[in-house]
Amino acid sequence: MSIGLHNSEFKNPVVRWIDQRMPVFTMMQKEYGTFPTPKNFNYFWNFGALAMVTLMIMIATGIFLSMHYAAHTGLAFDSVERIMRDVNFGWLIRYVHMNGASMFFIVVYIHIFRGMYYGSYKAPRELLWMLGVVIFLLMMATAFMGYVLPWGQMSFWGATVITNLFSAFPVVGNFIVELLWGGFSVDNPTLNRFFSLHYLLPFVIFGVVFLHVAALHITGSNNPLGIEPKGPQDTLPFHPYYTAKDSVGLVVYFIVFAVLVFFAPNYLGHPDNYIPANPLVTPPHIVPEWYFLPYYAILRAVPDKLGGVLLMFGSILVWFVLPWLDRSPVRSMRFRPLARIFFLLWTVCFLVLLWVGAKPAEGTYVLIARIATAYYFAYFLVILPLLAKFERPLPLPESISRPVLGGGPLPAGAAAKPMEKA
Amino acid sequence: MLRTSFKALALALGLFAAAPAHAAGGDIAIPDRKFSFDGVFGTYDRASAQRGFQVYKEVCSACHSLRLVSYRNLRELGLTEAQVAAIASQFQIVDGPNDEGQMFERPGRPADRFRKPFANDAAARAANNGALPPDLSVMTKARAGGADYLFALLTGYVDPPPGVTLMDGMHYNKYFPGHQIAMGAPINPDQVEYADGTKATVEQMAHDVSTFLQWAAEPELEQRRALGVKIIIFLTILAGLTYAVKRKIWADVEH
Repeated sequence: MSIGLHNSEFKNPVVRWIDQRMPVFTMMQKEYGTFPTPKNFNYFWNFGALAMVTLMIMIATGIFLSMHYAAHTGLAFDSVERIMRDVNFGWLIRYVHMNGASMFFIVVYIHIFRGMYYGSYKAPRELLWMLGVVIFLLMMATAFMGYVLPWGQMSFWGATVITNLFSAFPVVGNFIVELLWGGFSVDNPTLNRFFSLHYLLPFVIFGVVFLHVAALHITGSNNPLGIEPKGPQDTLPFHPYYTAKDSVGLVVYFIVFAVLVFFAPNYLGHPDNYIPANPLVTPPHIVPEWYFLPYYAILRAVPDKLGGVLLMFGSILVWFVLPWLDRSPVRSMRFRPLARIFFLLWTVCFLVLLWVGAKPAEGTYVLIARIATAYYFAYFLVILPLLAKFERPLPLPESISRPVLGGGPLPAGAAAKPMEKA
Repeated sequence: MLRTSFKALALALGLFAAAPAHAAGGDIAIPDRKFSFDGVFGTYDRASAQRGFQVYKEVCSACHSLRLVSYRNLRELGLTEAQVAAIASQFQIVDGPNDEGQMFERPGRPADRFRKPFANDAAARAANNGALPPDLSVMTKARAGGADYLFALLTGYVDPPPGVTLMDGMHYNKYFPGHQIAMGAPINPDQVEYADGTKATVEQMAHDVSTFLQWAAEPELEQRRALGVKIIIFLTILAGLTYAVKRKIWADVEH
């Protein structure tokens, strides 16, 4: 071995030459080839890869859209329609990008659900989880600014409502709002800076995704049983086992994506966004895109503006401290009979908030939104901390291989140590 | 005088704004109309769309622009290059400035966008009692119910029910949100004479122009669906193959 050169195991002379000087091939082989991965993943473990692919699709289509888009209040709407009509396959690029945002959120919501259900946020994966929350927040900002770009009625009024939320903060509120607007109302400077940031943030997301994956490859993946692999018999090399399994999920995902793009491209959108923005005409019901509806419902459930804004931001910020709110040493909800019920109820509440967010804020809807909001926070702040103390988890299997191999009844020792940490 | 027109303007603005949101709220049920482009494999009925273009040209275009559509796009409806050139040349398009710095009018060319009936929104309002006739380019995408809603609106003019007093200059429509619309019943029986001998009933004309406007809003619809079918067939086969590969790779793993 020459001093200073990496000891490469690749035989191909060109690959070897590069790998000795810059061991990217060794790294890829280690992280995506032989990387030991628990053998018991179910299809919920596809969604990280699906999110990664969706991010790449969004960046690729977005770059092509930006070649034809004009970020000016007088031109934006027409430039988007020009993409739809005159750019070769422009309709395809735009509908993939537009529906890709929805697909991205569907995938990431399932990915987060997976993380919560199987306790993937618990030690030693707290930082991995927190980086995921950062990605989600960046995604929300990116999606919100992207929706403003076509400059339709919902773009304009959505931007007006959401940016105005920041004015609720005392002292700095108005300063933040004017900074977002670049003036004293949502106008051309707003559109320009949103376009600039909408182009920038996906690359920031890409960077944080890299950190997310880097952190994952230190701790290794969680798995449906929530117990750590005990040895090589519990794991498989990532390739070809999980490249193959992820491919199955990916193709099925593409089918769902294609149905939306080719047969119902505007199903998830709002008709009002095909009306050019008009600052003089307010739509009677301003609703954000579907993926923001749960937080919109929380915002409107609170009668006080600042309180609503704080609760809305708090509803996601609370995820950051989830690893410390849920002190139960058992990760997977499979072995937590009570937490499982409370968590599924929380999921129902999330979906109820999503539904009620699209309804007018009046009458019974307000009451429903308030009950769901109360439970949303109670689950994190009251139920999980208490469950860690009072819940009796089911006995954990001794190892990943054991239940899979069906090795008969568990030895008494397994039941005696249900609180085993790893 | 000023106050009246301001009131009419405010009213028109209010009503135009109210339209989509109410439709979205779904408080008025829009009947389902059978169109050739319904369903997954639907395509545009070219004859109907061409008749619809005639209705647009002879009736709607007096007030409503179609600014995102060009004459050349009519080729997609089955018109020949010569027919499109002849249609375009019927319109005087403002062009320029010329070498003397003057704007001038010239006969339209296929590459021109459809000529707008008014120079600007203010002129359109002045000619329409303060109301702004909306551009129709993406109308079926901009209203909940799409073409069904357009057809319902065009055929939904009835006498106001007893007890309903219409505001000045407004008309009663069963399907318009709020029921008071600034546009009077736009189509009347035999208003156009169809070259193919189709009887020009209100229903027929409303159906044809709804088909035409659906095409104007989504000219890519047929290509999109045709490509979608191919892609989904391809992906379904690929899914089967991928699953088979996965099964084979995992065959030696007990899990």
